[in-house]
Amino acid sequence: MRRFASLFTHPAARWVLLALALGFPFVASSEYQVYVMATAFIWAIAVYGLNIITGYCGQLNLAHGGFFAVGAYALAILTSDHGWNFWPAFLAAGLVSAALGAAVGVVSLRLKEHYFAIFTLCVGFIIYLLIDKWEALTHGAIGIRGIAAPDGFGLVDFSQTRPFYYLALGFLVLAIWFAGRLASSLLGRTFMAIRNGDALAQSLGIDLMRNKVLAFVLSTTYAGVAGALYASMIRFIGPEEANPNHTFDMITYLLIGGFGTLFGPLAGTVGVVWITQSLQFLEDYRMVIFGPLIVVLVIFMPRGVVGTFLGWKLRKDAEAARADARPGVDGMSGTEVKPHA
Amino acid sequence: MLKVEKLTKMFGGLAAVHDVSVEFEARKINAIIGPNGAGKSTFFNLISGLRKPTSGRILIDGHDVSRLRCDRVARLGVGRTFQTTHLFEQATVLDNLIVGHRLRTRSGLWDVLINSSRLQREERECREKAREALDFVGLAHLENRVVLDISQEERKRVAFALALATEPKLVLLDEPAAGVNPEETEGLARLIRKMAEHGLTVCLIEHKMDMIMGLADKIMVLNYGEKIAEGTPAEIKANPAVIEAYLGSDHDAAA
Ligand SMILES: Nc1ncnc2c1ncn2[C@@H]1O[C@H](COP(=O)(O)OP(=O)(O)O)[C@@H](O)[C@H]1O
Ligand SMILES: [Mg+2]
Repeated sequence: MRRFASLFTHPAARWVLLALALGFPFVASSEYQVYVMATAFIWAIAVYGLNIITGYCGQLNLAHGGFFAVGAYALAILTSDHGWNFWPAFLAAGLVSAALGAAVGVVSLRLKEHYFAIFTLCVGFIIYLLIDKWEALTHGAIGIRGIAAPDGFGLVDFSQTRPFYYLALGFLVLAIWFAGRLASSLLGRTFMAIRNGDALAQSLGIDLMRNKVLAFVLSTTYAGVAGALYASMIRFIGPEEANPNHTFDMITYLLIGGFGTLFGPLAGTVGVVWITQSLQFLEDYRMVIFGPLIVVLVIFMPRGVVGTFLGWKLRKDAEAARADARPGVDGMSGTEVKPHA
Repeated sequence: MLKVEKLTKMFGGLAAVHDVSVEFEARKINAIIGPNGAGKSTFFNLISGLRKPTSGRILIDGHDVSRLRCDRVARLGVGRTFQTTHLFEQATVLDNLIVGHRLRTRSGLWDVLINSSRLQREERECREKAREALDFVGLAHLENRVVLDISQEERKRVAFALALATEPKLVLLDEPAAGVNPEETEGLARLIRKMAEHGLTVCLIEHKMDMIMGLADKIMVLNYGEKIAEGTPAEIKANPAVIEAYLGSDHDAAA
């Protein structure tokens, strides 16, 4: 069992996963499936951002969908209303979400726990209202049309589904790569220490505000980049993109995949998006199946699919290492544990 | 080493710590005792900067730290443990300890992006420091165990190691032997003595009188936030005010 489980954590598993993603458009039965997968990848990028502030740093951010919409609108306004080229507008969309994240973070992160969550819920709602009502900037309920697709290089045309799929995949890989590097670095460990408790983290010499704001800005940047990609894929956006429900969708993905794990956001997002797709024929009744499914998952896998799996494996490995260990010398320091072969 | 002058902390109308002045010498083991709610943990929170005093001063090696933020105080060399240990249960012991040395490192976001050599060096240093601290508390053999699977006493030792990884001069231990059996308490007492022998100044809060009397160089007694006595274990045992306070309040504190 443990041997079999090791296949999933083997370094080569990532390459297999990448190969599957690269091959997907060739085995997909329709262009629509490729489109759905590309959408799932974009949401997954945003969920990776949520995972930084909420999964690693432990601050439940309920404005995440708002920052996704900010990225989408920044790109839409710049390309459609101001005639910017895609790539500069894309960069600007990332910067706008980062800057707004810094401003919101500095204020909201003074609050702890559920106060922070409630505050950010309000921020998300304010973003929604601004987008809906500030017609001079956002065109209000009419929305924005004619958003630029990513400019291709040479023969590649990103307004086509398949090339766009690969572009989204490229950004997703980048997002995961950075998240992985962050999580295993001292900076990631610093975030996780904060998740474990403000008081202990501070007493270890960690500057709370500085690190929380950094985690928050990273997360809003991820959200903004994902939003900008989303806008350039569907080419038409409206205030619904800022609906706070999207935040709760992303929290669901993260909850099911596993908070604070590297592959939880991917597993959760892609998994849930496909489950919802395959229950599409039930229309509104799909929640009758999906709702209980989530409840069961949360009860039996409180740390998500990936988190529960990794936790189980970590303990199994530790047990196996202990079974292999030579008898201790004196039980105190100096006892050696033979690494598991 | 640690000098406290007229320290007061009010919570609303309640004086959790009231006008306490005391001095603790370097490389000594100092104990703080008193009934539940006497203000002992609050006293530690003030020294470590987790809470700001209402009035009074705290000097560490002559440095006034009473207005400094907690993380700054930690950098100046104050390490601590809490009454309840908060470790990350789903991670290994070593993974819990690596962040302990973070305050002596400087790598930021940019170092993570480019995987700088500074980051790599500092991560190595943190790992080494964690192992060294774990070895010091006698748990080198547990480094790859998941915290969930280790005993209460081992967790206490891991919490000590985490505090030690910050390279403190002064360590504050809040009820280190709570919830630990008598035999293990002995072992923890030996470990605390070892800390002092290695040049650390130790301050501990403890209810287990046998342990305190055998361990402490100096004892301060708090009652309702006020210092009612200080002295050597022998002096404290004979102090009428202390006997009064203990007999007059909940007796399990004196058990
Ligand atoms: N954050 C706080 N807010 C209000 N009152 C507090 C707070 N922390 C402690 N107190 C009060 O201060 C007094 C001292 O508490 P504490 O320092 O925890 O005592 P001890 O550690 O000696 O048992 C208690 O009456 C407690 O209720
Ligand atoms: Mg206490």
